[in-house]
Amino acid sequence: MAEFLDYFRKERLPHIWCPGCGHGTVTGALVRAIDRLGLDKNNIVLVSGIGCSSRAVGYLDFDTLHTAHGRALAFATGIKHASPNLKVIVMTGDGDCTAIGGNHFIHAARRNIDITTIVMNNSIYGMTSGQYSPTTPHGMLATTAPYGNVEYDFDVCGLAKAAGASYVARATSYHVTLLIDLIEKALQNKGFSVVEALTQCPTYFGRKNKLGGAVETLNWIKDRTVNVKAAAALSPDKLEGKLLIGELYSGQRPEYTASYGEMTAKVQRTYNDYKGGNRGCELNSD
Amino acid sequence: MAETIKLMQGNEACTMGALAAGLQFYAGYPITPSTEIAEMCSEELPKGGGKFIQMEDEIGSIAACIGASLTGKKSMTATSGPGFSLMQECIGYASLCEIPVVIVNCQRMGPSTGMPTSPAQGDVMQARWGTHGDHSVIVLAPGNVKECFELTFKAFELSEKYRVPTFVLTDEVIGHMREKVVMPDPKSYKMPQRAQPSTPAGYKPFEADPDGGVPLMAPFGKGYRWHCTGLFHDETGGPTGKPAKADALLRRLDRKITKNIDEFTDYFAEGLEGCDVAVVSFGSSAMAALSAVRRARKEGKRVGMLRLKTLWPFPDAAVRKLTASAKKIIVPEMNLGQVALEVERVVHGSAEVVKLGKVNGELFHPDEVYAALKEAF
Amino acid sequence: MRVEFRLSGSGGQGLLLAGITLAEAAIYAGKNAVQTQSYGPEARGGSSKAEVVISDEEIDYPKATDPDFLLALTNDAYKTYGPMMAKGLIITDTSVTLDPAIKARTVALPILSSAAEKVGKKVVANMVALGVLGGLSGVAPKEILKKAVVARVPKGTDELNVKALEVGLELAAQSGAASK
Repeated sequence: MAEFLDYFRKERLPHIWCPGCGHGTVTGALVRAIDRLGLDKNNIVLVSGIGCSSRAVGYLDFDTLHTAHGRALAFATGIKHASPNLKVIVMTGDGDCTAIGGNHFIHAARRNIDITTIVMNNSIYGMTSGQYSPTTPHGMLATTAPYGNVEYDFDVCGLAKAAGASYVARATSYHVTLLIDLIEKALQNKGFSVVEALTQCPTYFGRKNKLGGAVETLNWIKDRTVNVKAAAALSPDKLEGKLLIGELYSGQRPEYTASYGEMTAKVQRTYNDYKGGNRGCELNSD
Repeated sequence: MAETIKLMQGNEACTMGALAAGLQFYAGYPITPSTEIAEMCSEELPKGGGKFIQMEDEIGSIAACIGASLTGKKSMTATSGPGFSLMQECIGYASLCEIPVVIVNCQRMGPSTGMPTSPAQGDVMQARWGTHGDHSVIVLAPGNVKECFELTFKAFELSEKYRVPTFVLTDEVIGHMREKVVMPDPKSYKMPQRAQPSTPAGYKPFEADPDGGVPLMAPFGKGYRWHCTGLFHDETGGPTGKPAKADALLRRLDRKITKNIDEFTDYFAEGLEGCDVAVVSFGSSAMAALSAVRRARKEGKRVGMLRLKTLWPFPDAAVRKLTASAKKIIVPEMNLGQVALEVERVVHGSAEVVKLGKVNGELFHPDEVYAALKEAF
Repeated sequence: MRVEFRLSGSGGQGLLLAGITLAEAAIYAGKNAVQTQSYGPEARGGSSKAEVVISDEEIDYPKATDPDFLLALTNDAYKTYGPMMAKGLIITDTSVTLDPAIKARTVALPILSSAAEKVGKKVVANMVALGVLGGLSGVAPKEILKKAVVARVPKGTDELNVKALEVGLELAAQSGAASK
């Protein structure tokens, strides 16, 4: 336990999360995965957006960037592209990543840029006290869905895979061992990796939907999931309404910064006397 | 390489100025009439090992630039009105978090999509006050192609030195016109360097003299392990809700620019000594204005020209000086009187301010300014 | 002395490139030059206008205010800009229908057809036009115009473009409208 605390800025603790919140579990899983891989603390940049989940980076002892709502992946893209040697990890929530930041999310996936994204999905806007998000299931209650959510939710992993992410996995704050394993694998993937972590928000989601307390909300999440390996043996009606957990996709695609680096090397061989500042070639005219 | 003479486009000159200042990262989104800057950066940056990326929108563009700047790279984006509107969110972020970034806004007619291929100067107030909350920015306005080079270079100097978002406000005319430019010898440039701390031990990322000091900025990935947040923060970078800390932060950010205003206030002046009428203008409007002023002076009229190269912070002192002799101040600008509002504020009734606004998507004709001058006498 | 040119026609005719090359030739000849343009959303078709101001002195205003030369390659361009001409010379393509109401001195030259017939490529009409403007205005001698053309056009097309320039210069010489 003590050694994991070394990854935290102890002077910033305690955190602001509610008792029973799942975000601490996910944050702990990330730290354990980093520790297992023995990554250099000084070479990691953690980037987040806005929301409960995005507060995580402030407690962690790395270079950390708490950005604007939805923009974490755009900031992270700049960091990774400018300095490809850095290990860039994004911690984001369901609203941050798939609503206001949805465009950055699909384009980061499309580029397959080497960023590991942990989506802490509690199906609610917790920071603003419980409005429905793009991952609130149909029919569930929220402060802006008092009669039940009319909309349908995103499959975050399906979205990531379709957009081009090269590693996609899902776990929950209940399945912690699995979550650590998946984050560890995601961190090793050279490309855009998404680990969706379903987490409980007992304060707003659980209470509004009369699920009970933290434990009951966590159990509700657990009961919604089926391990992808077990799912192979189950009939479609048994899988109705279930979310698969485990490694959902792992594939090889050219990674953005590597491809850009190759292009740059080729260009530099052509312009190896380039000193900067003065343009030899002319601008095209019309 | 010595100095070179060439026909150069305004947007090209902005790019060259940025490259001369050591530009390493450009993120942008295509938009008329600024796109040539992105095109050139995509071609030039890889040659020197720099990075270009075309982002999914202007929000992502400025965000990526800020991210790159945090790793110590000089970063720039270029855009026009609609894109500049989208960037406002992260401009506030860069201002509060004191992250150097340069934005070229090649203005076009607005609001909204407006007239994409027509010049305007309607973003003067937006450039200063576009993002929410009191915040600090510096805005420079080139009046010709050569100044596109010089002021973009200077934007990097100021942005890096004061850790503040700095804008180069051009327009469709200046961005697209080509002019003979004598380029200085590249060896003569003194490339701006960001001040950095020397050791992570005891590093406090936002520690500075409360009276407008600029904290030292450690690049990410060098062992400083600091926290950067768009929440109000204390010297350590941690979020704070303490009124005294919040007050100190915002006042320091304001002070670090206003106390140094003399260092970067720049303008072109002609015939202001003892003038009865002064013309205050900037950017491409000032070209027509200067032509008209010279014509009137040839006819013996005591009229002078003040062309602002620094728009924000507004050069109060230079404008106030006009009232020593000028009874009337004419302000030609391609908007409905944005700089004129500032001039009115500064002269505070001691001279009559004539708003000469043009909003039809066309550059002023010298005759239009001349007619206003004749009327003033 | 300030000399103003307005080159007008339709998008895709390469008038912008002609204007830029004219301005560069003037710079090679030791003068000051500014080139501006106005354009619409069309990359091809639509109207296109490029302006060049050349002077031995500092150029404070970059746009043509009272052009010395108007090049109009299309009827639309002629009808739009012809009526604004005062002291200057209008140069139209022979395909343009002249309007007696437009009083400015006008010379019609076979710019488009010469490109197709004498040079063999319609696309170099802009360089024929450049030759005409250069020849009639005398802002830069032939050798300097040539140098400017070679510096601007895509590699491998130099010969074709220089030939077009020469055809234009010839048209100018034969027109009898050259400035003294």
